[in-house]
Amino acid sequence: MVPYLCCIILFLIGIYAILTKRNLIKIAIGFCLLEYAVNLFFALIGYKKDALAPIYTNVSQSKNFVDPIPQALVLTAIVIGLGTTALLLSVAVRIYEKYKTLDIKEIKRLKE
Amino acid sequence: MIELYILLIASIGAGIVAVEIKDLLASAISLGIVGFSVAIIFILVQAPDLAIVQIVVEVLTVIIFVAVILKTTHIDTTLENKMEVRDYLTKGVFVIFGIFFLIFSISALKELPEFGKPIMKIASHYLAKGFEEIKAANQVAAVILDFRGYDTLGEATVLFTSVIGVLTILRKIGKKK
Repeated sequence: MVPYLCCIILFLIGIYAILTKRNLIKIAIGFCLLEYAVNLFFALIGYKKDALAPIYTNVSQSKNFVDPIPQALVLTAIVIGLGTTALLLSVAVRIYEKYKTLDIKEIKRLKE
Repeated sequence: MIELYILLIASIGAGIVAVEIKDLLASAISLGIVGFSVAIIFILVQAPDLAIVQIVVEVLTVIIFVAVILKTTHIDTTLENKMEVRDYLTKGVFVIFGIFFLIFSISALKELPEFGKPIMKIASHYLAKGFEEIKAANQVAAVILDFRGYDTLGEATVLFTSVIGVLTILRKIGKKK
C-alpha cells in the first residue's frame, strides 16, 4: 500500500500548487504533477510480482504477464497530458502578451 | 523493490521543489526530474511501452515549458509580496481538503488488492485469447489498437482538438490590433 500512498502524496502536491499558487506557470506545473500521479497509480495497480512485460517473445514461453489494460489506458493518457499542457501554456503566453504579468491577482485587477 | 521506493521519494521531493522554488526555469527542470523518475518506475513495473512514451513526452514537456518561460519571465514574482488573508484562506482550505482526501483515500486503498497481486479478471481473457485472435506479440498494442480501438480513436480526437486549440490561441493572422 505504501507505493499507492506515495502517488496520493504526489497528487496532493499537484492540488496544492493549483489551489494556492498565483503564478500561471506554477499552476500548469501542478496540472502536470496531477497527471504523473494518476499515470503512476494506474501503472502500479497493474504490477504483478515476478511477472514479465506483456510481450510474447521466442525466448520465454511463460504466460506470467503483468496486467496490460492499465498500461494501454495510461499510454494514451500520457499523450493527452502533453496536449492539455501545451493548451494551458499557450493560454498563459497569450495572457502574458496582453497583461505583461503571470500573476492571476494582477490580471484580475487590470480588468477593472 | 527498494529502487521503486527511492524513485517515488525522489519524485515527491522534486515535486515539492518544482512547486516551491522561485526561479521558474529551475521549477521546469524539477518537473523534468519528476517525469523521468516516473519513466524509470515504468521500466521497473514491467511497462516498457509506457517508459518509451513517457521519455519522449517528458522531453517535449520540458522543452515547451522552457520555451514559454523564455518568452515570458523566469522569476516567480508572486512569492515576493507579503502573505495576505486570502493566501492563508487558500492554504487553510487546502489543509482541510488534504486531510479529508488522505483519510478517504487510505480507506479506499484498503479495498484494493495488495501491491503486486492484481485481480486481472478481464486481462486474463485478453492474455489467453490475444495471441491467437490478434496475432500481436505486444499485448499492450493489441489492447489499444484492437480490443479497445474506439477508446484510442476518441483519445486521438481529444489530442487533435487540443492541437487545433493551441494553433487557434497562438496564431497571429486575423488578430485584432
